[in-house]
Amino acid sequence: MADAVLNKKFDWEKFRRRSFTTPTDSIITVVVFAGLTWLVWQALSWGVFHAVWSADNVEECGHGGACWSVIDARHRLILFGLYPYDEHWRSALACLSIIGTVIISCFPWTWTAKRLSTLWIVGFATYFLLMEGSLLGLPQVTTDQWGGLALTLFLFSSVVLIGMPMGLGLALMRRSEMPVVRGFASLVIDTIRSLPLLTTLFTAAVVIPILLPSWLEGDKIWRVIIAFGLFFACYQAEVLRGGFQAITKGQFEAGKALGLTYWQILGRIVLPQVFRHALPATVNNVVVTFKETAIVIIIGFFDVLASANAAFGTGEWAPYYIEVLAFVAAIYWVFLFGLGQYGEYLKRRMKVAER
Amino acid sequence: MDASELKARANRRKLIIQTALIVFSALIVISAIQSAKVNLNALGLASGFGFLERSTGWSYSFSLIDRDINDSYARTLTIGFLNTVFLGSLTIVLSTVFGFLIGTFRDARNPALKTAATVYIQTFRNIPLILQGIFWYAVMIHLPGPRQAMNLGEAIFLSNRGLMIPLLNVSLTVALVMALVLIAAAFFLSRMKISFAKIVLALIGLSFFMILVATGLTVPAGEGAISWPALKGLRFEGGLTISPELLVMIIAITLYGSAYIAEVVRGGLAEVPKGLIEAGEALGLTQRAIWARIKMPMALRTIIPPLGNQWIFIMKATTIGVAIGFSDLFYIVSTSITQSGQTLELIAILMGAFLLVNFSIAQFINWLNESLKLKAH
Repeated sequence: MADAVLNKKFDWEKFRRRSFTTPTDSIITVVVFAGLTWLVWQALSWGVFHAVWSADNVEECGHGGACWSVIDARHRLILFGLYPYDEHWRSALACLSIIGTVIISCFPWTWTAKRLSTLWIVGFATYFLLMEGSLLGLPQVTTDQWGGLALTLFLFSSVVLIGMPMGLGLALMRRSEMPVVRGFASLVIDTIRSLPLLTTLFTAAVVIPILLPSWLEGDKIWRVIIAFGLFFACYQAEVLRGGFQAITKGQFEAGKALGLTYWQILGRIVLPQVFRHALPATVNNVVVTFKETAIVIIIGFFDVLASANAAFGTGEWAPYYIEVLAFVAAIYWVFLFGLGQYGEYLKRRMKVAER
Repeated sequence: MDASELKARANRRKLIIQTALIVFSALIVISAIQSAKVNLNALGLASGFGFLERSTGWSYSFSLIDRDINDSYARTLTIGFLNTVFLGSLTIVLSTVFGFLIGTFRDARNPALKTAATVYIQTFRNIPLILQGIFWYAVMIHLPGPRQAMNLGEAIFLSNRGLMIPLLNVSLTVALVMALVLIAAAFFLSRMKISFAKIVLALIGLSFFMILVATGLTVPAGEGAISWPALKGLRFEGGLTISPELLVMIIAITLYGSAYIAEVVRGGLAEVPKGLIEAGEALGLTQRAIWARIKMPMALRTIIPPLGNQWIFIMKATTIGVAIGFSDLFYIVSTSITQSGQTLELIAILMGAFLLVNFSIAQFINWLNESLKLKAH
């Protein structure tokens, strides 16, 4: 039963029956599939059959096919930004460490608070040590030289790492019996959720320095990460609230009757269930966060999108903007589609578990 | 220690925590005000809203109403607000229409429709909106110039200056009045027990009637009822010009927003109990009748709350207009900050405006939700 839901087999007979039920259906089927085939054919013909692949034969570009030479020539800039050229291997390893962390956390055996937090902290620390370098005895590279996909992954992982505990804190505060605590959490959550992310990040980058004494200002990148983390936390708090609603009151009371303290009930009984219920929505929130990191280009960070703009910004490569943007779009798409499908799979899996 | 003493202790603890939170927040606010005073003094800036009266002296890409380089900050900010609300509402309507269409396709029995809808959703949902905006803008500015504009029947032209379309030759006021009459008529007709098709027919008839009357009364002698765009020298005259920035924002947000709304609609349709649909089939209803009379009315109740979140999301998404130079409120505010230095006041205006708009959307959705609730018999 579970297998039938999780791994749907392609039913050719059903497909045929449903495609040609009525004459209208038949026409729709033929027209739509013809259109899709045409689209795929156009894409392949542009991107594969008539494409130029290497930077050595740029002069062949511009004859109706894609000019992937620009990627061949500029991929280092797109992936690693202005990071010193000789140290790019560090950037690459650091990116792999974050991607690895995300992939490993997709396996259910990591799903305990201790394992997950260890995994993410280790993954993030690996990234940071490699990129920064001075603690490993490598040449130091400061954050303002980080860029490209590496910077995007840095923003993403630090936002999730900071935002998760903040989100849990806000969710607990919003459930508190104390009206002031509850009101405070609601105010923060509802305000941040009503404001565009760009406004929040812009405030952190430009306004906060005015409101803080100068010794507390810190780097712009850290202010933005904390604000982004707060934004993530407010959405995560709402996700967790949905998880809390799935827990019956009797479980708290049972815990109290056993003489457990508030934190014991929370940590041993309630939270494990809350996280399980909130899992698909949490994955969704993480996916959205990865997508939204693209916005930091506006407040002046050299993320993967900004470095893509720079890659076709020079005269020589200017005509091939579509190739560069398609390349970056493909990077995002693979990450987001993969994680999104994983979230869908979790949702189906949990529906099976509930039966 | 008896129970009452334990309770008193717990109450005392709660009181302490709450007082601490209040004191802590107050301290943060006070110290923020103090630092702001020190920092602003150091920069030599006067705080307050006096700057709103000053004229700006800079220009920007788009405005719905008349503007001038000497406009005051107050008027410029109002224009930015109008632009945001205009772009937001337009893309909300478009995304909702396309989203319902594609969501329905996604739920269709026909595998071809399903595949096409899936491809659409997965493509536009999984690429950041700002990347899509930058992509369409790059394509847009690489289009041929006005002289080599692509055209459709010599009536609609697309070039790197934007999209030119024919326009009814009436003033903005007349057009607004007509739109209001139409909305009012739609509202009253929907309250009466008339079929959907008849309402649409009645509204189309009413629009034609109003257009005839309005053009007959207001178009000056010697001019046509419709103003057609035409190439005069190096640029287009007549008709309506949709600027590249506005066009790109509409395209990007609508593609992205409709993909999200399609997922919401699909989710709602999937939640409708199978028994109800089978009951409809047993009664011999056509697929279309099942969709219109059973599935959609049932699904709407699950669709509306997440739909409201998508509307708020779209309204907030207009802020990425700054990346391609569309003068929405965020663009106007950030330019004003650079030009005037009145950071705190301008950010407060920006936040206040978004809180107001999004609060209104949330209220509207609540009202919609209430009025759609299943009435108990």
